[in-house]
Amino acid sequence: MFWGYQLFIVIAATGYLAGITQSKEYAEPEWYTDLWLTIVWVAYLLVFLGTIWKRKEPHIYVANWFYLAFILTIAVLHITNNLAMPVSLTSVKSYSLFAGVQDALTQWWYGHNAVGFFLTAGFLGIMYYFVPKRAERPVYSYRLSIVHFWSLIFIYIWAGPHHLHYTALPEWAQTLGMTFSIMLWMPSWGGMINGLMTLSGAWDKLRTDPVIRMLVVSVAFYGMSTFEGPVMSVRAVNSLSHYTDWTIGHVHSGALGWVGFVSFGAMYCLTQWLWKRPRLYSFALVEWHFWISTLGILLYITSMWTSGIMQGLMWRSYTDLGFLEFSFVETVARMHIPYIIRAVGGAMYLVGALIMIYNLYRTARGDVRVAELKDQPAPAAATVPAR
Amino acid sequence: MLERHALLEKHSLLLSLAIVVVVSIGGIVELAPLFYLDNTIEEVEGVRPYSPLELAGRNIYIREGCYVCHSQMVRPMRDEVERYGHYSLAAESMYDHPFQWGSKRTGPDLARVGGKYSDEWHRDHMRDPRSVVPESVMPPYAFLETTALDYARIEEDLIANRRVGVPYTDEMIAGAKADLEAQLDPYGDLATRYPKAQTRDFDGNPAMISELDALIAYLQVLGTMVDFSVYEASAPENLR
Repeated sequence: MFWGYQLFIVIAATGYLAGITQSKEYAEPEWYTDLWLTIVWVAYLLVFLGTIWKRKEPHIYVANWFYLAFILTIAVLHITNNLAMPVSLTSVKSYSLFAGVQDALTQWWYGHNAVGFFLTAGFLGIMYYFVPKRAERPVYSYRLSIVHFWSLIFIYIWAGPHHLHYTALPEWAQTLGMTFSIMLWMPSWGGMINGLMTLSGAWDKLRTDPVIRMLVVSVAFYGMSTFEGPVMSVRAVNSLSHYTDWTIGHVHSGALGWVGFVSFGAMYCLTQWLWKRPRLYSFALVEWHFWISTLGILLYITSMWTSGIMQGLMWRSYTDLGFLEFSFVETVARMHIPYIIRAVGGAMYLVGALIMIYNLYRTARGDVRVAELKDQPAPAAATVPAR
Repeated sequence: MLERHALLEKHSLLLSLAIVVVVSIGGIVELAPLFYLDNTIEEVEGVRPYSPLELAGRNIYIREGCYVCHSQMVRPMRDEVERYGHYSLAAESMYDHPFQWGSKRTGPDLARVGGKYSDEWHRDHMRDPRSVVPESVMPPYAFLETTALDYARIEEDLIANRRVGVPYTDEMIAGAKADLEAQLDPYGDLATRYPKAQTRDFDGNPAMISELDALIAYLQVLGTMVDFSVYEASAPENLR
């Protein structure tokens, strides 16, 4: 299954370079790649369920509800949105089963929930496991987990039409999408609160354990991003933000801040546990990673806010005589500096990740930075969990 | 409630079933009506399936990833309508498999680019975008005019489109290759099968049928099928 998925990525990425694309966002791979992914995905579901069936605990833990919802829903989305008619069995090209407005909503029902279930539900599963484990505290509220889970997966699926405000999509569908997007704020913040409050009684670890800090900041980015999303889904706001870099900034605060940081936190924990090391090679390097990447994200998203809002305002700007003030290309030229800042921010984020890879490599080898051994005793959180 | 929930927590298949039911509701309520509500797509005159050359051009547009930077959906705001033209109708993309509405405007909207610039402008623009728009950040696509269009099996594209609902007739499919070539002839006869199709050599090089021929033919038809001098946007049957 692992190599099957890697093969899928290779086929998809090389095909994209060769111009083989369905032109649907996040669903670019063509029909034969989609079929392959479907097989791999079913295998993934079976491996996951099989692991659950072998459990000795009677209850399935909340992290696994989210994982199960992620695997099942992605399967439904993937199959529906990729329904297409190949030109022939020997042709890489296919034509989508749906056209125009129906195709648009199918795509954004898929696209929004690829974010909702792949990048949110799956990573909430990571949060629900690693935050309590690393903090050595139980999850803040079991009841809130239940409410969080069911309301999140029920409401998320409705939010797709907010990608199509003011388009030729019928207004009733736009309004439904906007309403549910605003409602989505509540379960999202319910999850954030459940993650953050798990640290109650262990807040001092924010100072002593940079890995915990990474996990907590990732949940904070999740909260920020899931507040921004409902705001942008309001039609009046969307009329400004749509088609601009504001959307790009929003996506990256989620992707780099939430998805990235929670993954980094999980990898710091996992490397140490899998190789059974008493501690990470260097906490100082985790600090460096944390600060360089956090500043990188901030540069990235603030530059995208600037360029997006600026371009949106320039598009709708009128002179006193009632003429459009700017040609389109003038708005493009104005985005040059924000784009440089964005590149710097993205590069800083990458540098942070490279520092992590070095740190993890040395940890796996069993090295410990000598200078740090003298300074401080190994933190309590660095113990290997009992099996 | 908590005790009842324990049942789901202990049975993975029950939990799976509950998840699939819960996540299906929203999609069904929002998507299914679009396929049967009559007023989802306006009834307008003029929207026809793409001619073989336009369809080939559209496939190049998709292949080169134009949709990543260009939208094809004019929203009904004053500035957009003044900048690009009449706001887009659902009917105008009813034969678009897949849709090309886009989500980001790194470059301008192209829903109504047809007829806005000359073929020569497009040729210069593809060869070197900076030659006509100095501040442009678009990459050049000079290879299109030197690459021969592969249309040996163009009728298969029409057949595949017919299978997903585009009303290509047997006659259109049988004549696909001839129609493609005819569209590059200024006196070619396409109007009976593809009303108002523009016929001329689009890339200025009659010696070869290039990918640029197809792409410009596609760009020049975008947004031109509906005659907005007779379309009443505010008529009750056209509101949605």
